[in-house]
Amino acid sequence: MQSTATVILPAWQRWLVRNGVGVGVSLLVLIGVVIAYLNNGVVTTAVLSSTVRQATPLVLGALCGLMGERSGVINIGIEGQMLLAAFMGFMMNVWSGNLLLAVITGVATGALLGLLLALMSVTLKIDQIIGGTVINILALGLTGYFYTQGLTTAGKLRPFAIPVLSDIPLIGRVIFENPPITYSTFILVIVVHYVLFYTRWGLRTRAVGEHPRAADTLGVNVYLVRYINVIVGGAIAGLAGSFLTLEAVGSFERAMTNGRGFVALAVMIFGKWTPLGSWGAAMLFGFASAMQTQLQFGGEINIPHQFIGMLPYLLTIIVLAGFVGRARPPAADGIPYEKE
Amino acid sequence: MTEPLALEVRNITKRFPGVLANDHVSFTLKKGEIHALLGENGAGKSTLMNVIYGLYSPDEGEIFLDGNPVEIRNSHDAIAQGIGMVHQHFMLVPVFTVAENIILGSEITRGLSLDLRTARRRIHELSREYGLEVDPDAVVEDLSVGIQQRVEIVKALYRNVRILVLDEPTAVLTPQEVEDLFRVMRNLTLRGVSIIFITHKLKEVMAIADRITVMRRGRVVGTTTPAETSEQGLASMMVGREVLLRVEKAEATPGEVVLDVRDLTVLDERKVEAIRGVSFQVRAGEILGIAGVQGNGQTELAEALTGLRKIESGSIYLDGVELPPMKPRANFESGLGHVPEDRHKHGLVLAHTVADNEVLVTYYQPPFAHGIRRDEEAVEENARRLIKQFDVRTPGPNVPVSNLSGGNQQKVIVAREFSRPVRLLLANQPTRGLDVGSIEYIHSELISMRDRGVGVLLISSELDEILSLSDRIAVMYHGRIVEILPAKEATREELGLLMAGGTREEPVEVETSVV
Ligand SMILES: Nc1ncnc2c1ncn2[C@@H]1O[C@H](COP(=O)(O)OP(=O)(O)OP(=O)(O)O)[C@@H](O)[C@H]1O
Ligand SMILES: [Mg+2]
Repeated sequence: MQSTATVILPAWQRWLVRNGVGVGVSLLVLIGVVIAYLNNGVVTTAVLSSTVRQATPLVLGALCGLMGERSGVINIGIEGQMLLAAFMGFMMNVWSGNLLLAVITGVATGALLGLLLALMSVTLKIDQIIGGTVINILALGLTGYFYTQGLTTAGKLRPFAIPVLSDIPLIGRVIFENPPITYSTFILVIVVHYVLFYTRWGLRTRAVGEHPRAADTLGVNVYLVRYINVIVGGAIAGLAGSFLTLEAVGSFERAMTNGRGFVALAVMIFGKWTPLGSWGAAMLFGFASAMQTQLQFGGEINIPHQFIGMLPYLLTIIVLAGFVGRARPPAADGIPYEKE
Repeated sequence: MTEPLALEVRNITKRFPGVLANDHVSFTLKKGEIHALLGENGAGKSTLMNVIYGLYSPDEGEIFLDGNPVEIRNSHDAIAQGIGMVHQHFMLVPVFTVAENIILGSEITRGLSLDLRTARRRIHELSREYGLEVDPDAVVEDLSVGIQQRVEIVKALYRNVRILVLDEPTAVLTPQEVEDLFRVMRNLTLRGVSIIFITHKLKEVMAIADRITVMRRGRVVGTTTPAETSEQGLASMMVGREVLLRVEKAEATPGEVVLDVRDLTVLDERKVEAIRGVSFQVRAGEILGIAGVQGNGQTELAEALTGLRKIESGSIYLDGVELPPMKPRANFESGLGHVPEDRHKHGLVLAHTVADNEVLVTYYQPPFAHGIRRDEEAVEENARRLIKQFDVRTPGPNVPVSNLSGGNQQKVIVAREFSRPVRLLLANQPTRGLDVGSIEYIHSELISMRDRGVGVLLISSELDEILSLSDRIAVMYHGRIVEILPAKEATREELGLLMAGGTREEPVEVETSVV
């Protein structure tokens, strides 16, 4: 006779069983990085800094995506939200020369587009994929039409070092000598994670994304929860857009988001709809992009650059297919809620 | 008697497109009483409760609590007024823990964080006080329906209910769990909680209700007490005619073997043997009833027979031909009919219309399709006929099934499976959630299918249903068939024993709960 002994493990062991692969991969990466740093400190630091730069808009985009989806609204308009925010932030910078005002403009633009998405998908119950597409096309059209070449700005957000911490070997320069939006991203990941999993608002958000009727029967306002999450998500996407024009590049180009909004969605799925997971996923993707640049310009290997260019995408496919395992989206993701 | 009523509703009217679900309904609930609400499927019971709970806004009517008029615009208001409800289809977030489900909407916080520790302690206290044991850290989707039910009740208690609505809480419970529930209900009334209890089981009503209100077609027919009436009286009050509570049937004339199960072994989700080497046969023209407490392998047996679950070893023959593994359509085409246990999971596409659901198994065959073209007219015609024949209460064939009442959804499935030319009918809990009138009809249909030479395999956790319909009874316990006996020789007591793991020769000591 067979029997299943369902052993109850302590919480941390259960956590380890669930996240074992992620922990293992991270450890491997860490060891590799340390070895590389001991071999060649300058290049390693450069690659890691570039990783963080590449990852920042992806992390922010993924945070936007997961706030929507955790509450049951699919947002494929992240790309458009980023693009229009990048443009508006840039224009404000051109016009006022005030970087803080410019960032606020970008964030507000993202939030407004979030409001538009919420209106379409929560109140009007339009198909959410179509709603997101509307935003993408809108942003592409508006920015393309109003864009004028040769505008100059007062400058862009500069990195500043945090005393003492930035002197730590290896991670000091990488983490503690960054411009403000990059710092904010670190903080936002932790804040969103905390809000989602440890607060009243987070519990309600997840309930609404899983079983809105159950939440409704307990007095939770399903529509309100969805609106707020989608709008705040939009604001975060707006911050990602601001990052592009006000911190990374310093100027605007047509369609400069270049698919980052969609990669952010992949990052979100890879991160299993959690902020910390998405952060790790974005880092991996950013690392692959940084390696690609390094290999192309380092000139040490003789591989056609087209192949090296494939690296980040290849890595994403392998990781998604091989390691992520069963990721389950919120059960009510993408389904409009009808009250009666 | 001047004590104010806990709840009074006056002249509540609620319309849905094409349906008058509540037609000037008035109803009173005294403090500390258990008030049973009875009525046919689609009579409007759940609708009335949803109005009281603020989920539906009534078109007309007033609600009074403790004699004061109140307006309940949403469930938030209802909870604030001390009204709690356990819904017909549970309202639990499957991926949440028990504690998270219970506190949702009434969270305790420390600073900004959820205070799960205090929540756990309160849940433990409630569990102990009312004898409702739940593990706050268990994930709801891993729990049996009986336990989920408990979670729902604790959820209501956690919010300090004064009025508790239980919408068909016993439909999915085992007899022992029903006993436990009744104990909890009595316990609650002693503490001043008033309970509205909806059920289709007349025995339960007679056993526990203080007063009984009967609804029919959106109206209240009358209010009575168990002392003033009988099961028979309640049944005719509900349906508006005499109902046969006993099944009339002639002696069976079994023919050739239609279903032959040989040495079947099947694993469940956790890769544990759920069916351990089971063999039995069903003949044409007989009903083989499978009795057993839920969770002893009945679900896995049904899924193996329909090709929804992998067979570990052994074989299944239908009309002498071995069924291919994991090919549901092939099974259906070789003459298998199936009324599944869980209507939402396996029996219906809720968002589709009644008409489409009635051809779910045959939509690709003539007369419903010719090549790649669907024949809408034939589909609709078919639905109209079945709706009439099986008395499905729906505004029409083109209404989504999700709009129908629970019992009428069940009838949609029964109508589909009973109207196809099948050789073997697998009926798994075929009358779950149905009113007495519909049960009477479905029972007589089952008998007439038998008399037409169909083999019937009936799985039911209702002992009465097994006893009154079966020609032979197989008892399942821990994945084995422990005994097959002729129905004429079987008694409730003996079946109860076998179901609890005893044998015919050496009975073990068990409590047989007679509900
Ligand atoms: N959301 C809805 N939209 C449209 N019609 C509905 C809706 N809910 C219920 N109805 C209709 O209202 C009537 C009453 O349904 P209700 O669910 O109240 O019945 P019930 O008495 O609870 O039946 P059962 O015993 O089968 O659960 C039915 O005819 C049903 O089709
Ligand atoms: Mg009902």
